[in-house]
Amino acid sequence: MTFLIRQTLIYAVPLMIVALAGVFAERSGIINLALEGIMIFGAFVGVLFVRILQTAGWFDIAKEAENFLALQGYMLLTMLAAAAMGAVFSLLLSFAAVNLKADQTIGGTALNMLAPALVLFLIRILANQNTLQLLSGDAASWFMIKKTTLGFDKSADLGFFGETFLHKVYLSTYVCILVFVILSVLLYKTRFGLRLRSCGENPQAADSLGINVRRMRYAGVTISGALAGMGGFVYALTTANCSANGDVAGFGFLALAVMIFGNWKPLNVAGAALLFGLFKCIAASYSSIDINGDGVFLLANLGINVNFYRMLPYLITLIVLAFTSKNSRAPKAEGIPYDKSTR
Amino acid sequence: MRQTNSAPLWKRDGVRSVLASLLSILIGLVGGSLIILIVALTSKNLNLHSAWEAIRLVFLGLFSTGRDAAGGLTFGFNPTSVGNMLFRATPLILTGLSVAVAFKTGLFNIGAPGQYLAGTAATLFVALEIPTTVVPAWIVWILAFLAGMLAGAVWGSIPGMLKALLNINEVIACIMTNWIAANLVTWVFDISNLKNVVENTKSGYIYKTSFNGVQTPKLGLDKLFEGSQVNGGILVAILLAVVVYIILTRTTFGYELKACGANRHAARYAGIRDKRSIVLSMAIAGSLSGAAASLYYLSGNTEFFWSTYQSLPATGFNGIAVALLAVNNPIAVVFAGIFMSMLDIVGLQMTNLTAYNEYITDVIIAVIVYLAAFSLVIKSWLAGGHRAKPAHPAGGGADAPDPNAIPTDAPGEVPAAPGEAPAEGKEAREK
Repeated sequence: MTFLIRQTLIYAVPLMIVALAGVFAERSGIINLALEGIMIFGAFVGVLFVRILQTAGWFDIAKEAENFLALQGYMLLTMLAAAAMGAVFSLLLSFAAVNLKADQTIGGTALNMLAPALVLFLIRILANQNTLQLLSGDAASWFMIKKTTLGFDKSADLGFFGETFLHKVYLSTYVCILVFVILSVLLYKTRFGLRLRSCGENPQAADSLGINVRRMRYAGVTISGALAGMGGFVYALTTANCSANGDVAGFGFLALAVMIFGNWKPLNVAGAALLFGLFKCIAASYSSIDINGDGVFLLANLGINVNFYRMLPYLITLIVLAFTSKNSRAPKAEGIPYDKSTR
Repeated sequence: MRQTNSAPLWKRDGVRSVLASLLSILIGLVGGSLIILIVALTSKNLNLHSAWEAIRLVFLGLFSTGRDAAGGLTFGFNPTSVGNMLFRATPLILTGLSVAVAFKTGLFNIGAPGQYLAGTAATLFVALEIPTTVVPAWIVWILAFLAGMLAGAVWGSIPGMLKALLNINEVIACIMTNWIAANLVTWVFDISNLKNVVENTKSGYIYKTSFNGVQTPKLGLDKLFEGSQVNGGILVAILLAVVVYIILTRTTFGYELKACGANRHAARYAGIRDKRSIVLSMAIAGSLSGAAASLYYLSGNTEFFWSTYQSLPATGFNGIAVALLAVNNPIAVVFAGIFMSMLDIVGLQMTNLTAYNEYITDVIIAVIVYLAAFSLVIKSWLAGGHRAKPAHPAGGGADAPDPNAIPTDAPGEVPAAPGEAPAEGKEAREK
């Protein structure tokens, strides 16, 4: 059970944060199909940033001094870097969508093609192979929080809660949850959030009340890009052992599904992300999931092909969409370029 | 939309479309070159000379013939490259057609990769499972080709039906069916007995269809382009492009598809069965993507890496680029497809001859797609006249995920003359 919760969180958190990225863009009226591409870019920037810090020797110094706080600090710094570059990358989308009134779906598709191409081009030149790895060590040895990191003895029992949420976890998980809560409040309880949402529902009305629709849409997409870039690095850190290979296995698209499933509302999105995280977790490690701790691997014993579990999240998305499409309420003005003259 | 023939040549719609596409290509190539230059300037291991070589390859890679004794790049007619270009163009033309047909009906077929995979699986199963000792190889070839098309059509019609009946955004449905296809195909081959165990040098591949004696006839093209993989498939692809062109421009059915794309509500008002059109359009699009896979894998010298659950075939996505570059014109798709495969060859030469790698060509393709997103802006800028209109380069409804968001059928929008229905309906919506 501990293992199941821990693993589910690892998959659910990047999904959740990237789905929130989608919410911010679409609530401002821009379809951000480029989430996948921005994630790929963010993952690459993050891993590259860690490598640069490693080359500078910061990591070894911190490790030698047993200064785990510094290592966690570097990780936060990396998340920030990935978010910043994700935001910069997303400017390509907002420029096309807002300034040039371009087709947002195609613009997003272009970024989805650009990111892996650019990233792989650079990785091949940097590393002479298709994967950019850390210079030394791995994600677990540098960033993972374990009992010993927190000053407990290796054999100490922290109880169910402690074992699940304090042992073998990443700080990034909790940072993401915190960011998710803060931004959800921002979207629903502040003036800025209300204005942003109004641009996705009725930009003409918003404009007539003196809200700068262009600026709001830029803000929405830029926040979206930052979140997706950060989510991309968190994905690379927690599930790909802090390596980048120009691929996030369709997580960005899955996040889009989570967003629609969650009806463009943060709380529902969080729930949907947990559900999808659970499915992803089952697909990745169904053979070693021991639900009630009696040593019986139930799912493995069912004898269902692993490919079925892998397919499940996508299949369920389609089925759920089929049943909920009547109630699904997309932001009214999303995807339509705002033209002042239509007011 | 279409202007009279008395307009100056450079102001005609078609000419401007061609110019806009050529400009996109040029900007794409220059953008790729710039990235090479930036990388060369910032990297310690790469110098400007290597960047200059790479940039020359970006523009002239098709005519590269390797290096001479002194180490300089040589250029000339390279029959192998040209033949391989035509071979690689075959699936790209077809996936491009697939995306273009759906665009005409106002649908964004991002599901081409999934349909391609469905076609791959069906083709390989038929081509390898029917023993050529019993059935003549050419019949098996035809059966396999049709099976690929059929599988693609079925896979394409799923998002089509979801869109028509349940009003689910086809983009998200296509993305989901893509990944379902990727997992399903992996699953099907995982439990099949078609995994190549004879050639132990490579693992994870399915048998080539030539293993069962089934392959596309070369039709002498291999003599023309010596040392290349080209075969008769390219002719089939061009034939299909012509067929699609005729259907779209010369038949009532094609007209109905386009009318649906221009304004679904107006089309329904005019008595066109819009739901049927949407499903059929996606089925045709799917069958073309399936045909792309069939022709690629029936060539007899290509292998399928079956454990594909984590990645989708790039050919499918590049079909989007081909269709956009061709402005959804089926005949232009042939040229756009050949251009894209030329970039493929450029990438190969780049990897072989320089320290740079083939991914730069993907960057170029992405830049071209990005420019296509606002091609109407470029077009009106070329015309030099009016200000940019809101861009709907895909010929209609591909922009809005929720059709309800589009202001719907006010009676005044329905044009009196049916001959002008698509263009007028669209104009009315944009204003």
